[in-house]
Amino acid sequence: MSLKITNSVEDKVAVLKIAGEVDMFSSPQARNAIMELVKQRVPRVVVELSGVSYMDSSGVATLIEGLQLCQKYNGTLVVAGLRDNVREVFELTRLDKIFQIYKDVDTAKVNE
Amino acid sequence: MTKTIILNLTSDPPLLSVMRAAVSKVCEIAGFDQMDTSKIILAIDEACSNIIRHAYKGKGGQSIKITCKIKPTKLEFILEDEGEPADLKKIKSRPLDEIRPGGLGVYIITSVMDKVKFADGMEAGNRLIMQKSIPKDKK
Repeated sequence: MSLKITNSVEDKVAVLKIAGEVDMFSSPQARNAIMELVKQRVPRVVVELSGVSYMDSSGVATLIEGLQLCQKYNGTLVVAGLRDNVREVFELTRLDKIFQIYKDVDTAKVNE
Repeated sequence: MTKTIILNLTSDPPLLSVMRAAVSKVCEIAGFDQMDTSKIILAIDEACSNIIRHAYKGKGGQSIKITCKIKPTKLEFILEDEGEPADLKKIKSRPLDEIRPGGLGVYIITSVMDKVKFADGMEAGNRLIMQKSIPKDKK
């Protein structure tokens, strides 16, 4: 199943909304969307995941790659709106210590 | 008494979502709660992704057989493929303090499941056996 992805950029903050199941089949689609924002060197990328019902390690790897590329130009990538099972993947892999995780987009935008 | 479900799928990534739905039902029948079910689905998904990625080098249409056995005290999954045998010495999870994309699948599988074992002496393909104890109050 492919993902539903929308993005908007306003005041140097990009909000990338992803919905669906992020796995080895669909994660390249998420990666392309993140890479597009990285190319534009957007200072802050908020990846909104409330519509993501499942994420595997390829999804997590995509986010790590995005974060590292953003950091190269002093930008950042944060995540928001994680469902419990997706948060569990972050905790299991201890990436909750690496990523800034916000409860929703509004909070993620404010906490720059 | 052991209840057995056999899932046969081809090594095509779009089918992973079908596998996850089936494994979710198996976990429900075995008596796991939602959080454990999510973790088990993740572990089996990572194992299948590894088969597609490594044993079959991304080639679709190849066989993946998943045998799910609901036993009185544990849930067992046996994953069999006919791909390139894994080099068991090279299979290891990476340290988590090494922040980089990739290499988390084996860590997830071994963290979630109680027992993970590759069958030795396979003439062709791979057989991975994974077990998870069923919570005592659900037996």
